[in-house]
Amino acid sequence: MTMADVKKIATRESYGNALAELGDKYENLYVLDADLAAATKTGIFKKKFPERHFDCGIAEANMMGVAAGLATTGKIPFASTFAMFAAGRAFEIVRNSIGYPHLNVKIGATHAGISVGEDGATHQCCEDIALMRTIPGMVVINPADDVEAKAAVEAAILHNGPVYMRFGRLAVPVFNDAATYKFELGKGVTLREGKDISIIASGLMVNEAIEAAKVLEAQGIDAEVINIHTIKPIDADLIVKTASKTGKVLTVEEHNVIGGLGSAVCDVLAEKCPTKVVKIGVNDEFGHSGPAVDLLKEFGLCADNIVKTAAEFVKA
Amino acid sequence: MDPMLKKNLEITACKVRLGILEGVFNAKSGHPGGSLSIADTLTYLYFNKMNVYPDKPDEPTRDRFVLSKGHTAPALYSVLAQKGFFSTEELKSLRHIGALLQGHPCIHIPGVDMSSGSLGQGISAACGMALSAKISNDSYKVYTILGDGEIQEGQVWEAAMFAAHYKLDNLVAIVDNNGLQIDGRVADVMSPYPIVDKFKAFGWHVIEMDAHDFDSIDAAFSEAEKISGQPVAIIQKSIKGKGISFMEDNVSWHGAAPNAEQYAQAKSELEAALAALEG
Repeated sequence: MTMADVKKIATRESYGNALAELGDKYENLYVLDADLAAATKTGIFKKKFPERHFDCGIAEANMMGVAAGLATTGKIPFASTFAMFAAGRAFEIVRNSIGYPHLNVKIGATHAGISVGEDGATHQCCEDIALMRTIPGMVVINPADDVEAKAAVEAAILHNGPVYMRFGRLAVPVFNDAATYKFELGKGVTLREGKDISIIASGLMVNEAIEAAKVLEAQGIDAEVINIHTIKPIDADLIVKTASKTGKVLTVEEHNVIGGLGSAVCDVLAEKCPTKVVKIGVNDEFGHSGPAVDLLKEFGLCADNIVKTAAEFVKA
Repeated sequence: MDPMLKKNLEITACKVRLGILEGVFNAKSGHPGGSLSIADTLTYLYFNKMNVYPDKPDEPTRDRFVLSKGHTAPALYSVLAQKGFFSTEELKSLRHIGALLQGHPCIHIPGVDMSSGSLGQGISAACGMALSAKISNDSYKVYTILGDGEIQEGQVWEAAMFAAHYKLDNLVAIVDNNGLQIDGRVADVMSPYPIVDKFKAFGWHVIEMDAHDFDSIDAAFSEAEKISGQPVAIIQKSIKGKGISFMEDNVSWHGAAPNAEQYAQAKSELEAALAALEG
């Protein structure tokens, strides 16, 4: 199969499709949006279940509070907007009206990271994982492809408590097999076993890590690739296991290196298995406008940079 | 309203005020002023209006209440204790370490329908509860009380738009217009006036009431019940610190507890009022 044959789907599309597919099975599922139903893809659900989709207008703070109120009555609301507004603008409502009462609200945050592209820095949220994982009891999921994103939506429904789900705007390769893939909340996935270095990635960066491992193999470097789709609760056992095995951990995420996957991995390793860690991510700076793929390259969020960084790390 | 009923509500409200005093005094902190200004309205809601079940606090058919001005939790806790959701003894350990009663309302306390305290958020949750009833054809009603300072929060107006847009006529939002907030008179700090016109412009049916007269309270809530197709805002004219002479309309009692001497005076005033009502 050539690269051109690889199916590409944006995980926001997976989110909308999953909601529409699961709407029949879970009659208690409701969807809220903040004037972005076309972009977050909850419009797909709205088309099928118009009476279960509520537009809240451009008012994210109120939307999160409405979701909280719905949840107190036993309904399962999916509050949807861009990551910037869900985790950023509405942070305090998510903390106090959803997190503190531990309500069964699911937050579907699309357009995460710099791969938002042309809209530029105001809409490229690279802080959401950091914000959401500090809220006690909040589950944080960052799926890597279409198959995983759809499975994550159902896992979120089955989990009783608040869940933050991070989806992307950019179409990305589907590498998981829908027929055999099984999503386990809080469990990382070892995609490739290796002994020289552990590449721990999340979201869109997982596919880049897989591609990088192939190139590294050709260079004689045997990389282990781990997908951490659930950033909280994080799979500490798997992280300790791989770190003990390779002694070198490279984290890759489309998020600020402060507070995201890399930080979460360091939290685990600092306590349980001190290991040298190198982080690839957005280096504490704002993004800017441009085509998503070009931006990802510019910020080093691509297979080439993973190969380069991993090779230097292994040789060091 | 029926004079006997009115008298009973006045007696209960007086006991609620004694409970507020007890809570704040023993906590050595808290917000007595705004608690006392909503004591009558809360008494009316819990003893004459809402369907609630102290033995089954989570009964799905119950009417809901969200204290959007969550810092006045002592009033809510005192009325819930009077109603029998928990013992009035609990009021004495309000805000203490390990106690049931948190500084601001917490959903895990029996009878508390929503955690609140960060201003502007409770009304949104109340909208969600009211929307849920509309979706499922449930007949319960949702009540929320906001402060007149609280409505300076932008989220309140997001919620106000939402409630009117979805025609939440099962929602009643009460604005406690005692005229004072921490930094002074609301009119001086950041005027929310005209409150009535604002809610009208947002598509609400607006009723004005005297927060310390049960005839006025009864008339307002009776009118609210008849409104269909739009949410109802009740703007209640109230006195911060109502019932304790030295606290009335005095901003320094927004967030301060009385000392032993002040507590004794306040208690004797409320007990005298209670004795007069019961006598």
